[in-house]
Amino acid sequence: MAPSTAIFYTLSSLALLSGVMVIWSRHVMYSAIYLVLSFLCLAGLYVLLSAEFVAAVQVLVYAGGIVILFLFLIMLVNLKEALSGGRLRVHAVVSGALGAAVVAQILYVYSRGGIRAAAAAAPALTDGGNLQAVGKALYTDYVLPFEIASVLLLVAMIGAIVLARQKA
Amino acid sequence: MMPVPAGHILVISLLLFAIGVIGVLTRRNAIIILMSVELMMNAANLNFIAFSRQLNNLAGQVFSVFTIAIAAGEVAVGLAVVLALYNNSDTVYVDEMHIMKG
Repeated sequence: MAPSTAIFYTLSSLALLSGVMVIWSRHVMYSAIYLVLSFLCLAGLYVLLSAEFVAAVQVLVYAGGIVILFLFLIMLVNLKEALSGGRLRVHAVVSGALGAAVVAQILYVYSRGGIRAAAAAAPALTDGGNLQAVGKALYTDYVLPFEIASVLLLVAMIGAIVLARQKA
Repeated sequence: MMPVPAGHILVISLLLFAIGVIGVLTRRNAIIILMSVELMMNAANLNFIAFSRQLNNLAGQVFSVFTIAIAAGEVAVGLAVVLALYNNSDTVYVDEMHIMKG
């Protein structure tokens, strides 16, 4: 087994394990920490899949920004209240069955159709590095979605400020 | 290039998505429900990256960057909603929220 393959399976199992711990741990603070671990493992997977720019954005935005927002909220709400986050016991069986059904459905579709090996020996995606290629694609082919995303971020920022404003 | 078949990556992202679904359905803390939604979006991102490598097409990476930006906006608004609900009704548990009116 090649070293990169071993690293891939290690990182992915760690990401899955910490994903389970996010929904399993009783303390919401532990969930946030496991969420960071899961995001970092996924960033490692992106590097292995030769998407270095997305990996950097994942570390910066997810592990750096979104989790900080979660931690702020955990500290803003009453910690003693937030710490005792139990599970809905009644729904556990039903939702477990639903999750298993989702897995079974997608595995069934995968086994029926399968993923054809489109490019078996895919050459490197880019000449001038991943960052340059992604930047070029963002500003040429995808410039309209890019601008729409920036407007959406502005709207989200205004909405978050309006919603979280203390009514004095 | 790494010799991991694309099917394995898809199975990993499928399991991550299922973990997110189960988290949304079972937990009653709204913060953890939002975290599970983030896990699901990460699973979708992993699919984008896997197909981007498999089909040798940059569009998947570009769209996963868009997904990350939209996830940032979504989590900001979602956490603001949770904070507003907490200020109004002193709870972050979804089964104790039964008033829509502020």
